[in-house]
Amino acid sequence: MTISTRGAAKAPAVLVLEDGRSFRGRAYGAVGETFGEAVFNTGMTGYQETLTDPSYHRQVVVMTAPHVGNTGVNDEDDESKKIWVAGYVVRDPARVPSNWRSSRSLDEQLTEQGIVGISGIDTRALTRHLRERGAMRVGIFSGEALADEQTLLARVQEAPQMVGASLAAEVSTDASYVVPAIGEKKFTVAAIDLGIKGMTPHRMAERGIEVHVLPATATAEQVYAVAPDGVFLSNGPGDPSTVDLTVVKAVLDRRTPLFGICFGNQILGRALGFGTYKLKYGHRGINQPVQDRTTGKVEVTAHNHGFAVDAPLDKVSETPYGRAEVSHVCLNDDVVEGLQLLDQPAFSVQYHPEAAAGPHDAAYLFDRFVQLMEGQRA
Amino acid sequence: MPKRTDIQSVLVIGSGPIVIGQAAEFDYSGTQACRVLKAEGLRVILVNSNPATIMTDPEIADATYVEPITPEFVEKIIAKERPDALLPTLGGQTALNTAISMHEQGVLEKYGVELIGANVEAINKGEDRDLFKGVVEAVKAKIGYGESARSVICHSMDDVLAGVETLGGYPVVVRPSFTMGGAGSGFAHNEDELRRIAGQGLTLSPTTEVLLEESILGWKEYELELMRDKNDNVVVVCSIENFDPMGVHTGDSITVAPAMTLTDREYQRLRDVGIAIIREVGVDTGGCNIQFAVNPDDGRIIVIEMNPRVSRSSALASKATGFPIAKIAARLAVGYTLDEIPNDITEKTPASFEPTLDYVVVKVPRFAFEKFPLADATLTTTMKSVGEAMAIGRNFTEALQKALRSLEKKGSQFAFTGEPGDKADLLEIAKVPTDGRINTVMQAIRAGATPEEVFDATKIDPWFVDQMFLIKEHADELAAAERLDPELLAEAKRHGFSDAQIAGIRGLREDVVREVRHALGVRPVYKTVDTCAAEFAAKTPYFYSSYDQESEVAPREKPAVIILGSGPNRIGQGIEFDYSCVHASFALSDAGYETVMVNCNPETVSTDYDTSDRLYFEPLTLEDVLEIVHAETLAGPIAGVVVQLGGQTPLGLAQALKDNGVPVVGTPPEAIHAAEDRGAFGRVLAEAGLPAPKHGTATTFDEAKAIADEIGYPVLVRPSYVLGGRGMEIVYDETRLSSYIAESTEISPTRPVLVDRFLDDAIEIDVDALYDGTELYLGGVMEHIEEAGIHSGDSACALPPITLGGFDIKRLRISTEAIAKGVGVRGLINIQFAMAGDILYVLEANPRASRTVPFTSKATAVPLAKAAARISLGATIAELRAEGMLPKTGDGGTLPLDAPISVKEAVMPWSRFRDIQGRGVDTVLGPEMRSTGEVMGIDSVFGTAYAKSQAGAYGPLPTKGRAFISVANRDKRSMIFPARELVAHGFELLATSGTAEVLRRNGINATVVRKQSEGEGPNGEKTIVRLIHDGQVDLIVNTPYGTGGRLDGYEIRTAAVARSVPCLTTVQALAAAVQGIDALTHGDVGVRSLQEHARHLTAAREV
Repeated sequence: MTISTRGAAKAPAVLVLEDGRSFRGRAYGAVGETFGEAVFNTGMTGYQETLTDPSYHRQVVVMTAPHVGNTGVNDEDDESKKIWVAGYVVRDPARVPSNWRSSRSLDEQLTEQGIVGISGIDTRALTRHLRERGAMRVGIFSGEALADEQTLLARVQEAPQMVGASLAAEVSTDASYVVPAIGEKKFTVAAIDLGIKGMTPHRMAERGIEVHVLPATATAEQVYAVAPDGVFLSNGPGDPSTVDLTVVKAVLDRRTPLFGICFGNQILGRALGFGTYKLKYGHRGINQPVQDRTTGKVEVTAHNHGFAVDAPLDKVSETPYGRAEVSHVCLNDDVVEGLQLLDQPAFSVQYHPEAAAGPHDAAYLFDRFVQLMEGQRA
Repeated sequence: MPKRTDIQSVLVIGSGPIVIGQAAEFDYSGTQACRVLKAEGLRVILVNSNPATIMTDPEIADATYVEPITPEFVEKIIAKERPDALLPTLGGQTALNTAISMHEQGVLEKYGVELIGANVEAINKGEDRDLFKGVVEAVKAKIGYGESARSVICHSMDDVLAGVETLGGYPVVVRPSFTMGGAGSGFAHNEDELRRIAGQGLTLSPTTEVLLEESILGWKEYELELMRDKNDNVVVVCSIENFDPMGVHTGDSITVAPAMTLTDREYQRLRDVGIAIIREVGVDTGGCNIQFAVNPDDGRIIVIEMNPRVSRSSALASKATGFPIAKIAARLAVGYTLDEIPNDITEKTPASFEPTLDYVVVKVPRFAFEKFPLADATLTTTMKSVGEAMAIGRNFTEALQKALRSLEKKGSQFAFTGEPGDKADLLEIAKVPTDGRINTVMQAIRAGATPEEVFDATKIDPWFVDQMFLIKEHADELAAAERLDPELLAEAKRHGFSDAQIAGIRGLREDVVREVRHALGVRPVYKTVDTCAAEFAAKTPYFYSSYDQESEVAPREKPAVIILGSGPNRIGQGIEFDYSCVHASFALSDAGYETVMVNCNPETVSTDYDTSDRLYFEPLTLEDVLEIVHAETLAGPIAGVVVQLGGQTPLGLAQALKDNGVPVVGTPPEAIHAAEDRGAFGRVLAEAGLPAPKHGTATTFDEAKAIADEIGYPVLVRPSYVLGGRGMEIVYDETRLSSYIAESTEISPTRPVLVDRFLDDAIEIDVDALYDGTELYLGGVMEHIEEAGIHSGDSACALPPITLGGFDIKRLRISTEAIAKGVGVRGLINIQFAMAGDILYVLEANPRASRTVPFTSKATAVPLAKAAARISLGATIAELRAEGMLPKTGDGGTLPLDAPISVKEAVMPWSRFRDIQGRGVDTVLGPEMRSTGEVMGIDSVFGTAYAKSQAGAYGPLPTKGRAFISVANRDKRSMIFPARELVAHGFELLATSGTAEVLRRNGINATVVRKQSEGEGPNGEKTIVRLIHDGQVDLIVNTPYGTGGRLDGYEIRTAAVARSVPCLTTVQALAAAVQGIDALTHGDVGVRSLQEHARHLTAAREV
């Protein structure tokens, strides 16, 4: 008789939400304990990119797609140097990866990087719970970390909240580095790494941009030291209200072409005087319909945000940097998905035109950035 | 930008009869489209020759034409209705081809009809192989990926050998140019094979040309379903991955949604290519389907083909995701954009998004090779399956095992008992894709095959192979466990094991396993298909079961009626039964019930989440149905479960459901038994004093022989409790009787074989009737055109009966009432009678909706299935007459004299099958049903109605030319008059010597032609088969000779199929055809909508 190699051989695990609901399953990845904000991701592909996206720092990601790990892990698709999620929740992890690029299994990769996960739970029930009650703190426990649920619940409730968390510095690069342009170099961009994904500088490099990736702590002087044609504000984790706006304001003051993605959109929004707020359960997936209000066209986009900018959809706003408008909106719930200044070269989107994971519909935004820089030169 | 205002009326073309490759899915999509267009305030004109469709219900369109889908007839409809636009993308290839041909003939321009949904240029770019190659090249130039399979054209053996180098080595596909039906093509794995195949190919090809193509056999196969609107917004609705790698038609493959084994980078690449293709082809509003092959070794993408229309896959994708492609395509065609259309399921979010799934969908094909024993059962790139089942689970194993048990076919579920067989043999068998290969693979795994060995034999992706091992390991655990504890059971259920499978493994009875499971509290929950993985709340209760933690079935107040559908389409149980279930749902909803539909067939209207208040997409096994009943009992009151309308599938569950305390409504299970059990039914007949052909039941050859000896040969033999005449045969002698009993696997003491006297030369009559316990409503009386002995499903028939008089109808009515009363029917009953001499024999009775219910309903303009559903729940015929659902007075037996004549003709799948030598299969009709679909011809006289039915089924009858006649001796007398008529219409007659002699003696000139067995004449005189192949024969009459001389007939009939020459295999059909030809020659054949027919009929009834 064949010896079972499936998850049953693994240790029991329990997931406890801060409101007391719990789910019992089996350990996946590392055995131990972990805490974070429980969020769900609805993408059916791209777990490797999701896991290595720094924006998921301190979050426990619930995958709504039941089968995870089918294509294993390869050497090319990581979006950063490590897995950032605080914990991982899946229903049916793959036992055998199958893909010509796969070099190891996801289970091995998670274990190696010490990521505590849980499998075999009703992820749809958990997702529905988070949808109705909102994103909340969660703990996953297995092995020696297991205890009675009251004890575990108390520990979850002691964990830090996402609101008010300043996390960019924790995920940012320590030292600046350069991503060279592919082919002829046309522009230099200073990209502030607040949790940047590898595909973003790559998309710029493809367009002849030499990207200087700078730490989150970079000052305006350090930004301008690379003589940038444009400045880029990356995605990243945490509450945008904790960010110091000195650098972005300096860039706006000098009218340097500016492009922001995700966290970068929230920073631009705040610099323009708009507020930011936490969404009940956020947008995390690769199927979100966003309308480009300048063309009326709809693009299917990758999202990963728990906060959003509070700006009026129905009118042009006056800001310290001239007129601004909401350029993109999510058709599911009318959340602001993009901002642009009408009187100077700056724009940003809340979603991920670099995709990885996700559709390539919004890649044109990198071309817009190039056009802004060309316009500035002319 | 909202709806276009310049379109007020639209003509929608349906897909015609159900054939392999074009089935009920087009009724689903067409019905959706018509409803949407009507709701938009447009006048909808519909043409479809298939009466068994919901779309041809008079309330779905404003003007419904059940007329042949040929350019001639569609032009007549256009001339009469003058629509502003024509929507051709929802009726499959039939609709698309008809529209293109009318465009080419200038008909659309002449009447100012605009083609919407797809333009001609786009259709051509998508469908024409060479143009599409250009599209793929243009896409590659733009985005860098996607290509067509590489190929080289060769004119000599040197070219061929050099070509292999160009393509990068063996294997290669050799395709000779311009040969019929791909003759001479094949795979070459080495130089020897190449020299042989290509050498032959160069000889066969009239231009000495072969195409050498790289082989992509064994590559991964994917499909994407895309939609595009006029603002160039594009969404990918669904990705589908084939479990069976390249080489098997996707319709014959096990398919899975979403794709399981692609990384995001690879998936996005397919998506980019797909979007670039839909743009390049220029499908501006609507859906399309694109197929890809992906090299498992390096990810190279080959674009195989695209369909610029709604397809079978789009129906599957709609059911799999909850995103209604056809409905949205119809809205896009009249001017809306995706962001203006709301997602039905969430009601709050727009359709301009891409569905995401938190479950797995598996589709499995259902084949009917048992009906065509000579056909080659190897699966190839030609589709051969006749239906499919879909299942949804929270993981692949659950969905797969649910899908396999949904097939409802012996041996379709994995078996874990008994000896698996020899590993090497099993792996060898698994190399060739066939029906049930997945079961062979499972046996190979049980026999000790490693994952690598399975992959090497089958090229099934290693992840899928591992899932098979996962299932097998759970089976091992079940077998090894000391007892069934809750965790073990729950885990097995989570991987889709049925109670029956567990029972088999543990050596228990299924009901015992169920009791244990219930006692341990292991029950399924029901989750919602919501398009968005629970990101937004769903409003539509579209459920599937899973052994998970949280159920989403909401409580309800209204009493519910659960309607059990008919499962996967198969020969003998098709769309007709779905029609009746859908009607029941509509009628019961109107009557104030909450309707709950259970079915597992993704092609149907019943599994549209819009049809009933609640939809359970579940297998129709006792276990699955009991769990649904349980879940709905917890949700609110249940008025009853309807088992009578979905054919034999739900009927077979009736007794067991009742035994489990389920309130089965309508005809009680005991009454069903009284009709189906020979002995019990015999007593019913005896009490009513009705004659049946002499018969007996046997469980051994000796018993059968004794019965046959007593009643005399020929006898009709068949297993009891079967559908569509499965295994039914006319046996002429003892030798065959002996071999029949030996071959029949379904005979057992509880399932005896029935032996009936076969009534030669009898007229067969079908009756559909309603009975409420006191009153009988004769729905319709159908007279078969072919004599008894040909399965009623394969026989053409006319309603009202064309040769029966008032006295006959009276006798039929009395007999029907006596049987309905004796059996205890509450609802529909179908009875088959045979009139031989002056005696009316009862052949059989089915206490359920029959295959002919939709036809009868349409021919008489009375909704029989709706009435049956109401009667099941207690309404009386008198009440339904008062309500107006049934006519105030009279019934289908008292149709006015000027009522239109409707002719139903069966459509056979002959052209789909080849034997292992690549020859066609024989086309002779018999007692076993083999048709896949049907058409209806309706007109004021029989001849025209018959001619229309032929045009709808096989193409127009010829009105001049050469007719070949060769009939069996017993048919020679009845052939003379119709043959004379053919000559009078100017036909030249050809005949084999025997038939010609009889004709000449009767003063009819016929040219003698050589039989196939005689070979070519000394002066090059061609044989009849050659003449047919050369296109020199316009009509063929060939009745089978029994056993002798059969081979010649076989050659003639298969040639007729190959050349699409009308071929009549009974003299009765010849007589009808002559009337049809006469009608076509005399005067113009008009078109009339069902609504006009109904007004006429209603007016006549009220006089």
